[in-house]
Amino acid sequence: MELLPTIWFVAIAVLWTGYLFLEGFDLGVGMLMKLFARNNTDRRVLLNTIGPVWDGNEVWLLTAAGATFAAFPLWYASLFSALYLPLLCVLAALIFRAVAFEYRGKVDSERWRNRWDWAIAVGSFGAAFGIGAALALTTTGLPLNANGDRVGGPMSWFSGYALLGGFGVVAFALVHALAFLALKTDGEVRHRARRWFVRLVPVAVLPMFGWMVSVQFLSGKPWTWALVAAAAVAVVLAWTLARAGSEGRAFGALGAFIVCSTASIFGAAFPVVIPSTLDPAFNLTISNASSSDYTLGLMSIVAAIGLPLVIAYQSWTYWVFRRRVSAAHIPEAHGFLPAIAAKVLISKDSPSASNTTGD
Amino acid sequence: MDALEIARWQFGITTVYHFMMVPLTIGLGLVVAIMQTIWYRTGKPEYLRMTKFWGKLFLINFIMGVATGIVQEFQFGMAWSEYSRFVGDVFGAPLALEALLAFFVESTFLGLWIFGWKQLKRGVHLACLWIAVIGSVFSAYFIIVANSWMQHPVGVEMVDGRPVMTDAWAVFTNNTALVAVPHTLFGALAVAGAFLLGIAWYHLWRRRHDGIDVVGKDGRLVPGEAAIPGRDKSDYTVWMKSLRIGAVVAMISFAGTAITGDLQGKLMFEQQPMKMAAAEAACHDGTGFSVLSVGNLGATDCDDIVAVIEVPGILSFLAKGDFTTEVKGVNSLLGEYKEKYGTHLPDNPLYGDRAGQEIQYVPVMEVTYWGFRMMIGFGGIAAFAALLALWVTRKGVVPQSKWLMRLAVFGILAPFGANAAGWIFTEMGRQPFVVAPNPDMNGIDQVFMFTAAAVSPGVSAGELMTSLVVLTTIYAVLLVVEVKLLVKYIRGGVASAMPELAHAHGGKDTDHSDKNDAGPDKSGDDVLAFAY
Repeated sequence: MELLPTIWFVAIAVLWTGYLFLEGFDLGVGMLMKLFARNNTDRRVLLNTIGPVWDGNEVWLLTAAGATFAAFPLWYASLFSALYLPLLCVLAALIFRAVAFEYRGKVDSERWRNRWDWAIAVGSFGAAFGIGAALALTTTGLPLNANGDRVGGPMSWFSGYALLGGFGVVAFALVHALAFLALKTDGEVRHRARRWFVRLVPVAVLPMFGWMVSVQFLSGKPWTWALVAAAAVAVVLAWTLARAGSEGRAFGALGAFIVCSTASIFGAAFPVVIPSTLDPAFNLTISNASSSDYTLGLMSIVAAIGLPLVIAYQSWTYWVFRRRVSAAHIPEAHGFLPAIAAKVLISKDSPSASNTTGD
Repeated sequence: MDALEIARWQFGITTVYHFMMVPLTIGLGLVVAIMQTIWYRTGKPEYLRMTKFWGKLFLINFIMGVATGIVQEFQFGMAWSEYSRFVGDVFGAPLALEALLAFFVESTFLGLWIFGWKQLKRGVHLACLWIAVIGSVFSAYFIIVANSWMQHPVGVEMVDGRPVMTDAWAVFTNNTALVAVPHTLFGALAVAGAFLLGIAWYHLWRRRHDGIDVVGKDGRLVPGEAAIPGRDKSDYTVWMKSLRIGAVVAMISFAGTAITGDLQGKLMFEQQPMKMAAAEAACHDGTGFSVLSVGNLGATDCDDIVAVIEVPGILSFLAKGDFTTEVKGVNSLLGEYKEKYGTHLPDNPLYGDRAGQEIQYVPVMEVTYWGFRMMIGFGGIAAFAALLALWVTRKGVVPQSKWLMRLAVFGILAPFGANAAGWIFTEMGRQPFVVAPNPDMNGIDQVFMFTAAAVSPGVSAGELMTSLVVLTTIYAVLLVVEVKLLVKYIRGGVASAMPELAHAHGGKDTDHSDKNDAGPDKSGDDVLAFAY
């Protein structure tokens, strides 16, 4: 077994776990903007729980993709080109979502906010679903030829596993977000989030288990089966703790669930990075898809220093913004009185600019 | 169009678009950090206002850079899988490091800056902005290291037909990157400079136009106050200082781009002689710099291009630093390239339908020739305008001419144009290679790749066309939204970024009284200083 490719396989699994753990809840909060929030104040409470952190969470995705490119260029090339259309959807979803967070509050109009709320909700759903599907397919197989290229047309990647993975991540993100909201908000939202969590969590983890168990049947090992059991224990724990009102621990237990899940999935898939559904001889593995030891060694050194630093300052961010957000904290949204109201650049000048209000 | 052509259009459109947001992010970030530092050190309220106002515009733009940047990272694998396979060992590392060492820093600390106005101590809060800005500079460095390797591959060895990194130091200190990074950063600052200058000019013009400011008998300005929040005397100071900072930044950065650009040009004459010859539409060996060449620049040979105005010696100076050395023209380079890299694309399945086609070694000269001139022209115009603006406003007065004001506002576009033209020139000038061969690299001059071999073999033209249409549409819509929001907040003036001006003290922030605080609300509610 080659040491460095193995290390990097683990590193990429860790990056995906970090991504699902962290962006999991902000994707979920995004979807809950339309499913859970009842009015604009609720929505602003939701947004402000993730406001300072969502962009940092998203970088886990960029790092996972970048690390895959650097450590396993053939994995990166085959996966991303095979899943061309689904990843296009992910990109569109992530673009709208990011812009919506920033622009939603920039114009004081119900229509404007509503549009961006949809962008956040649908964008979060699309991103969660697409990434879940992509991860499921890289662990269960794609129709790749000897060169690692997809055969059979633009939709030939599709399989039931894509749905399992897609819904798995979407449903996980939803309950993860509810646990997060119960932990990070106060007042009515907090209690409602906890109630919803208790009710939904037993169902919401099912597709994820479906994906997990499928991978086990395809290529499981005893220790990865054990992790499936551990994931199940974590869910029961999360449910019990949430019922008992222990919000922080419930969130932690659900976090343990996602860690066990990804560990069992990636562990079962190892050492194959994409199985070819056409011929096992075309499988991409950590040996035939990886970069040279020199590159992997260099990356290992940088990651050994960089990743702990990232974890340290991201943790600090969560500590800085540790206080619960509630409706009472949401300042009134005020439109502003524009200093300059007339459109001098485009239309005829108006004589006075002093008495028009903002939109 | 075939898949290759669509993929190239897509890469070009998404990259140029992304690079409208990026320079403004880098340049404006740096400027805002300096403004906040001055506020931190002096406590002068106008610097807080400047930080908040320009910071707001910075954020509206920043998010677009973030959103469109993800496309860039995914695109290599999606549309250019053969390229990714070929270069991954060496090209992937800077991309991964960019995410790990720069994007994390940028996004996390910017989040702290946006939301941490009250949670963090003033010094820590300021430090967060600086760290985020430094992160953005690092991100520029890493991505340019990656790009420079495509222009000038170093630090690799061919193993089984693929370049494998053997010398990371060589890759990360590629001389192409070391001059391209400062060139790009100065280019970014030029964008920020013109942005400040144009918007500040507009506000100053408008204050006079609305009768708030009047010109005294000595020709100096007498600032006044209007009944609108934020349009007080200190508002005048905000804009005048912004204007001057912008003009100075624009001039310094033009000087910076000129100096680094000259170094870059000299390297390029050695590393990619065909690109520079095409930039000059220089068909024959010579010393003269073309001021105007006409003829069919799009032709693949050079037969009917005539240099109408040519300055002898200048081309040699640009290339070698003297006035006499002959610089090789397209015609003699063409022979060399054909001899070294073949006349036809190999009969390899990688090339798809393109296998066996004749290779066009001359880049599209209309683009290289005019791109090069637009880059320099736009940059120069912006710097000259900045100098004029400083002179005209030396007494603190902005002329009442509406046309001058419009010129200042639309002048914001000039450095954007220069940036875009520069990138289009250098990327299209590299064709037909996606990884240009390094003429100096002993023994491994087969480290190159034709763009024709780089596109994803498994992805259909239909898929590529879908993404081209989808992304272009989204980008177009979002550009309209971004510009509209920017205009709204620019018109809103300082109060748009500091609602406390309008809602607390009746529109005034008394000098020095709230030195320690961003806003008037000190009610003990420190959960949200800034809220979505």
